[in-house]
Amino acid sequence: MNPHLIVIGGGIVGAALAATAAESEFGVTLIESALPSMGATGAGMGHLVVLDDALLALSARSLELWREIQDRAGTGYRNTGTIWIAETEADLPGLRQQSLDLAACAVASRLLDHRELHALEPELAHDLPGGLLVPGDATVYAPKAVAHLLDRARRAGGRLLLGQTVATLTEGGIRLAGGERLAGLVVVATGASVPRLLPELPITPRKGHLVVTERAATTIHHQLVEAGYLKGVHGTDEASVAMNVQPRPGGQLLIGSSRESGNCDPGVSDPLVARMLMRAFRFLPSLRERRAIRIWTGFRPATPDGLPYIGQVPGRPGVWAALGHEGLGITTALGTAELLVDLLRNRPTRLDPAPFDPARALFAS
Amino acid sequence: MPEHFDVLILGAGPAGLAAAEILARAGRTVGLVDEQAQPGGQFGRERIRQRPGRSGRKLLEWLQHRNGITYFPGHRVVDCDPHPALVTESTRGSTRLTGGALILAPGARELVLPFPGWTLPGVFCAGGLQALAKSGWPVRGRRIVLAGSGPLLVASAHTLRHEGAEILAIIEQAARGSVARFLAGLPTWPAKALQTLGYLPTWARIPYETGAFVAEALGEERLEAVRIVERGRTRIVPCDLLGTGFGLIPNVEAAARLGCVLTPTPHPSVRVDGLQATSLPGIYAAGEVTGIGGVERAQIEGAIAGYAAVGNLPKARALAPKLAHWARFGEAVNRHFALRDPLRALARPDTVICRCEDVTLGEIDSAGGQGSVKLLTRLGMGPCQGRICLAALAELRPGYGTVTGSQAARPPLFPARLGTLAGEPAPEPHP
Amino acid sequence: MNLVTLTVDGRPVTVPEGASVAAAVATVTGVFRRSVRGTPRGPYCGMGQCFECEVRIDGRISLACLARATPGAIITTDAGTL
Repeated sequence: MNPHLIVIGGGIVGAALAATAAESEFGVTLIESALPSMGATGAGMGHLVVLDDALLALSARSLELWREIQDRAGTGYRNTGTIWIAETEADLPGLRQQSLDLAACAVASRLLDHRELHALEPELAHDLPGGLLVPGDATVYAPKAVAHLLDRARRAGGRLLLGQTVATLTEGGIRLAGGERLAGLVVVATGASVPRLLPELPITPRKGHLVVTERAATTIHHQLVEAGYLKGVHGTDEASVAMNVQPRPGGQLLIGSSRESGNCDPGVSDPLVARMLMRAFRFLPSLRERRAIRIWTGFRPATPDGLPYIGQVPGRPGVWAALGHEGLGITTALGTAELLVDLLRNRPTRLDPAPFDPARALFAS
Repeated sequence: MPEHFDVLILGAGPAGLAAAEILARAGRTVGLVDEQAQPGGQFGRERIRQRPGRSGRKLLEWLQHRNGITYFPGHRVVDCDPHPALVTESTRGSTRLTGGALILAPGARELVLPFPGWTLPGVFCAGGLQALAKSGWPVRGRRIVLAGSGPLLVASAHTLRHEGAEILAIIEQAARGSVARFLAGLPTWPAKALQTLGYLPTWARIPYETGAFVAEALGEERLEAVRIVERGRTRIVPCDLLGTGFGLIPNVEAAARLGCVLTPTPHPSVRVDGLQATSLPGIYAAGEVTGIGGVERAQIEGAIAGYAAVGNLPKARALAPKLAHWARFGEAVNRHFALRDPLRALARPDTVICRCEDVTLGEIDSAGGQGSVKLLTRLGMGPCQGRICLAALAELRPGYGTVTGSQAARPPLFPARLGTLAGEPAPEPHP
Repeated sequence: MNLVTLTVDGRPVTVPEGASVAAAVATVTGVFRRSVRGTPRGPYCGMGQCFECEVRIDGRISLACLARATPGAIITTDAGTL
C-alpha cells in the first residue's frame, strides 16, 4: 500500500509537495484552513529568480523544474528574464561577481553596458550605467500555478480538504479542529500563518507591499530589479525598500518592494509606499504618470538564517517541515518538493539537504 | 488655495451642500470636494442645453462667494486618512487637504444586474444615461428603452424626452399592484407627489409596462434591439439606446478606508448615530452613503451633520422627526420596487460579469469551488476596483459575497497617479 | 449657446459649452475602447464609476464622462485598449 502523506498548507509549497508526492506514489491529503494561495503565495509577485546566495542551487534546480512543466501556460509562466540594474558605477563589480556565481551553477547571464541596457529597456533613467541580464528567469501567476499543481495532485489520486484547520499534530498523524483524526506522515507547509504547528521552528513574518498599475502600453519587458536588492533582502533594517518592477501580461506593472520585520499589521503604510515608489521612480521616472489600481501587503515567512526548513523535525517522528522560504517560496517550491519527497523516500537527493535541516533551529539556542 | 479647513466635506450633492451651508453660517471654514464639474450631485445635475437654471446659477454663485467655503470641483478623492485628510487628483495635479472634522457625503451609484448583451455600447445605467444626456450626449431622435425598477426610470425618461429622444417604453419589473400601492402612498410626502405630477406628461405619452423586464440586449458592435419578457411572452424591440436601473447602492469606499463601521449587508452602508456621527471621532456621514433614501432625506442628514460638527446639538436633534418622515419614503421605494428573482437569473455562463477584466459568470462559477474567486479569475481586479461586478455578484451569487473582503479598505480609492501616491508635488498640467 | 471646438481621434468636433468629453467623443464613435477580449465598449455608468469611458485627454488617461470639453483639447480613444 502507498504511504499516506498529509500536507498542511495550500500555498505554493504545499501545492508543489502535493503534486510531486502524489505523482511519486504517495497517497496525499492536502489540508488548507482557508482557500489555496491566500497567504504569501497570493500576495507575492511570482518572480522565478535565481539569486546568487545560499539558495542558488535550490533556485537553479527549481527553475529547471518550472521549465519542465508541460502546461506552463496554465501557470501563467512567462520567460521574462531578469535585469539587475546598477544605480552607479560602484554597483558594477558586484554584478560581475554575481555573473560568475551564477555561472558556477550553470546559470547563464550577460553583463549589459549602458547602451545595451537602454536598448533593452528604454524607460530606464538615462544615467544608469549598466546591468546584468539573467535570461532564464521567469514569472508566473502564482494562484494559477497553485491551481495547476493541485489539479495534478488530484489527478494522481490526491485529496483536498479546504476550509479545514489542523488542531494538533498527533502521534502518527493529525487531528482536525472538528475532531477527526488522520493518520500518515505529515509535512507542515504553513508558511507564516499562525497559530503555528511547529513552534520550535522560529518564523518571523516580514511584511511587504506591492502596487499594481492599470493596463496600459509599456516598453518594459523584463523583470527589473536594482542591484542593491540583495542588501535589502539580507539587511536587518526595520523597513527597507528596493526597486523591483515586473511587467504583467496586458500591460500592468507590479511594483515593489518593501521589507519590514516586527510589523504584523496587514494595513497599507502610505509613507512606506511613498518611499517604495520614489525608489522606483529613481530607476523608472516614467512610472510617475502611471496609475495604481491596487496596493496590498503580504507576509513573507522568514527564518533567522534566511534559509527554509526542509526536512524531518527532530523529536517528532513522522513530522516533516517545508516552510520559511521568505520571498523565494514560489521560485523554490518545485525544488523544495523534489528534495523533500526524495528525503521521504529515503533515496539520494540531487541537492545537499544539510543547509535546510530543521535541526539547526533547535540546536542554535 | 488653503489646504486646511475646519471641516472637510466629501461630495457636493444634496447632503454635502446642506452641511456646507450650515457650517458656513456658523463661521466655519469648509473645504468642499467633489469629482463632478458642477455642484448638486447627480440629483442636481443641470442640462447644458438649457440656460443655467436659477437654482444652479445661484448655487454656483453662492459657492464661489460664500465666505468660508472653498469649493474643489473636478477633484477626485483617491486616498484619505482619519486625521482627517483627503488626497485628491484633478487636471491640475494632486492635493492633500486636511480638516478638523470630515463629513462623508459621496452619495450612491447604480446597482447593476448583468444580463446577456449588457456590455454592448448603447447599453447604459438609466441614471447614467440621464446624466450623460444632460451633459450633451446626443440622444435627439434616438429610440430609447428604459428598463429595471423604480421612480428613477421615469425621471430619466422625462429628461431624455426633453432632450429630444423617442422613449419607446419604460419596462418596470415591479408588479402593477406594487406600483399602484406606491403611488397611493405618495400624498404622505406632498413634495414627492408634486414631483410625480411633473412627470405625468412624460408618463402619459410612454408605454409603461409593469411586471416586465429586458432579458437580453442584442447587437454586434452596438445595441440594435432588446428582448423584452412580459408575463412569459417574449418580444424583440429594435432600439438605439437602453438605460437600465435596478436601484442604488452606497459609495462606502472612503468610509471603509477610514475604518468606519459599515452595516453587514450585501451592499453595506455607513453606520451613523442620531447625529450622523460614524464610529470614528470627528467623522460624520450623510446622505445616500448611510442608506438609500432620496434627496430630501440626504439634505436633512447633511444639515444634521453640519449642526453636529459645529456643536449645535439642539438644532441637530430637532431635525430627527423630519428625517424619520423622509426615511419612510426611502423605505417605501425600496419595498414597492424590490427586485424579483428572475432578474438575478438572466446572466448566462458566457455573460461577462467583470467588465474590466472580461470575467464571465461561468468562469466565476467554476473557480468557486477551487479557491479564491478573485485570485483565480481576476474578478474585480480592474480599474473600477470591483465597484460594478462585486456589487452585481452580491446579487447573483450571494455565497461569493466574502470575495469583497478587505479590498475596499485599501488605497487607492480610485486609480491614482503613482506620483500622487508618492506624495510628489503636482505635475505640470497637460504635458 | 456658446460652442467649444476640440479634436477627437484627429477629427475636429464642436459641442456646446459645458458638454462632457464623452458627449464630444460620441459625435465621432460609440466605441470608446476594446475590452481585454476585444469586445467593443462605450460609456456605461455615466458617473465616473465603471471606467468604460477612459480616453486620453491631452495625453493623460481620464474619464470622458467626468471631464468637460475644453477648447483645443486633443482626445484619443486609445486609452483603455491594448
